[in-house]
Amino acid sequence: MSISDLSPLGAQGGSHVRAVHDEFHGDLLEVSMGPHHPSTHGVFRMIVTLDGETIVKLKPVFGYLHRNHEKLGENTSYLGSMPYTDRLDYLCSMTNNWAYAIAVEKLAGQPVPERAEYVRVILAEITRLLNHTCLAGFLMQDLGCSGTPLMYAFREREKILDLFESLSGSRMMCNYQRFGGCRVDPSADWLEGAKQLTDGYGQFLDEFEALLTGNEIIMARTQGTGVLSPELAVAAGVTGPMLRATGVNYDLRKTDAYGVYPRFDFRVPLGAHGDVYDRYMVRVLEMRESIKILQQALAGIPAGPIMDPKAKLRGFRPKAGEAYGRIEGPKGEIGFYLVSDGSPNPYRYRVRAPSFINLTILEDMCLGQTVADAVIILGSVDIVLGEVDR
Amino acid sequence: MIAAATTDAFLERAPVLLRDAVTGFLPEPWRTLVNALIAVGLILGIFGTLFAFITLAERKILGRVQNRPGPNRAPIPFINKRFFGLSQPFADGVKSLTKEDIVPRDADKVLHYLAPVALLAFSILTFAVIPYGRNLVPVELDAAVLYFFAAGAATELAVFMAGWASRNKYSLLAAMRALAQLISYELPLLLSWVPVVLIAGTLSTTAIVDAQAGWKFGFIPHWHVFTPWGFAGFVIFMVAALAESNRSPFDTPEAESELIAGHLTEYSGFKYALFFMAEYFGMLALSGMAITLFLGGWRSPLPFLEFIPSYLWFGGKLLALIFGFIWIRATFPRLRIDQLTRFAWKFLVPLALINLGNTIVWSLMSNSSALMQLARWPVCAAIILVPFVVLGRKLSAGVAPRIYRYA
Repeated sequence: MSISDLSPLGAQGGSHVRAVHDEFHGDLLEVSMGPHHPSTHGVFRMIVTLDGETIVKLKPVFGYLHRNHEKLGENTSYLGSMPYTDRLDYLCSMTNNWAYAIAVEKLAGQPVPERAEYVRVILAEITRLLNHTCLAGFLMQDLGCSGTPLMYAFREREKILDLFESLSGSRMMCNYQRFGGCRVDPSADWLEGAKQLTDGYGQFLDEFEALLTGNEIIMARTQGTGVLSPELAVAAGVTGPMLRATGVNYDLRKTDAYGVYPRFDFRVPLGAHGDVYDRYMVRVLEMRESIKILQQALAGIPAGPIMDPKAKLRGFRPKAGEAYGRIEGPKGEIGFYLVSDGSPNPYRYRVRAPSFINLTILEDMCLGQTVADAVIILGSVDIVLGEVDR
Repeated sequence: MIAAATTDAFLERAPVLLRDAVTGFLPEPWRTLVNALIAVGLILGIFGTLFAFITLAERKILGRVQNRPGPNRAPIPFINKRFFGLSQPFADGVKSLTKEDIVPRDADKVLHYLAPVALLAFSILTFAVIPYGRNLVPVELDAAVLYFFAAGAATELAVFMAGWASRNKYSLLAAMRALAQLISYELPLLLSWVPVVLIAGTLSTTAIVDAQAGWKFGFIPHWHVFTPWGFAGFVIFMVAALAESNRSPFDTPEAESELIAGHLTEYSGFKYALFFMAEYFGMLALSGMAITLFLGGWRSPLPFLEFIPSYLWFGGKLLALIFGFIWIRATFPRLRIDQLTRFAWKFLVPLALINLGNTIVWSLMSNSSALMQLARWPVCAAIILVPFVVLGRKLSAGVAPRIYRYA
């Protein structure tokens, strides 16, 4: 009996899976990578079956960080859930807040003032810079760089976190968006700081790319590794940079045109191979587009109220109904599905977590690759366990 | 005579004079023994200290490259001043000595214990034949180069022992990787210095250094690295040395993002420190050998700099090479094990073999007319450069920067 018979994917997982039934191959080795492994980005676990160094089976195990997020949401008031959304993807609290706010605003029919829409776009794009920069740093660390790219990525992250802290009072758990606007109005100084960050970011990216993008070893390691076909990506519901790296043109900022995104001129970079290198490059190019959006938004931000004056914060009870709000988060489509029965708490609260859904096809990408590849493939998926396990 | 004057200079002769002052009164048979013991003690002392401070230098340089200060907290005891964290290595030493030594229950206890000792022993053995300065070679051997690489090759066994004895799957994978890697890179490492032996006509390290004496036009030293075949050999040697000493970008056996710490996963306390030490000793020994074979050994690069004692020249070159190792580590990501072995077998080994033929052409052309003497430079450069480009193209086929389209 060959291993491809044993494989849960059967024949279709097959082209990469070598038959190992002859006497020249010994036993298979089952290695449990995680939940305390240096490169599983948290408490993720992969049970990997190896033939030599080649992966013939990979079973992802998660749930170590499960904390009843959705049930908590159903037992908390609408506003009470807002700080909890920070803890989902703890690198991107601003976009999590926004996606949740959009869902509730849809449910309650709450308008948002223009200035708040601009601030939301600015914060979302800064979050995208933050997330992609960190991801690039982590990915390079997984590739075996001795910390150099990560340190420079984290230098930029510090600048962004300082901005977040001066605006919301917290570096990572911002809890900033409200239904019908934002919690505080950014000062002129803050906007100037954001402008400086934006203007300096292109230079950082040039520096980062000069060291890494053209590096022979990085290209040899990542090109052709962890290939994801567009068909499988669409069938599995993969979104975000990972989907666009396979060449599928799907960016909610363009297709949904939510917020004030239609006012800005930006492009959506697409990959062609769907491998790790494409995923890395699509993110880098997306950062450059984000810089363009930020420059336009910071130049065009109007004066006015940051919060809709009619917005009701206390005793907030939307009428019975359901709503699904989604935005293009840095990791993919982050969506919140809410069912209201007219009470202060949602009847049903559901999170569509992009990293969780992007992670489901991990085995398909890893089969036939080596252990070293599995680590960078996982790194290129861009997961945050707080969001995967919820 | 400048040369004679420098040879007789006090500082140049100081180590030998000092040794003779200590052991001169002993009868002849005893004197040899005590001299050898002094050499052993000196090597252990000097390289032990060097190891301690290179670990600090590595962390400091890595820190500098990475936009952070590096370790700077450890104070000097009693006076409580920090001096840039200069006492960090001693703090590390005390820490590793006092840490609990954990041996896994299922481990092969004897092998688990023996592996770090064997690794360290073999890497110290290699120090015996390196000429550290004029008249400063611990053991004069006719086949010194052969001995050096024989002793160095035994370290592979120790790494495999460590991985096998730990009874850990990561360690086992690392042991398999280490064997594949070290055996693959042993070949280019050996082939890269054969040209030197061919030209110098000897396997003795002292004689190889002597073969690199003198200057062309009074300022270009006769080092092997300043010839086409010597430069190619030096580069191949250093790349293979990087792999042999498990340094980035060839650190697959202890790939921390994949295999936790590879063969070191189940080691703690002082055994771990021994591994660490052996790895640095291996790096120092290979750098020392590279200096001896290609960089003129302890000889100074320019005639008017000869007043600096030879052992300082050796030390300076050693530190420069170590800095290169650290710089590479700070810059490059890791190769995958199959790419790593492919790089050895399909690129370095053929290149080293071609370089061997190149050296033969070089030495054949050196015996004829002045025109041929001049012509051998472009000819030999072409002999090595053309295969370099062709093999390199083939190796990196299908790997190229990409152009991205926008929706």
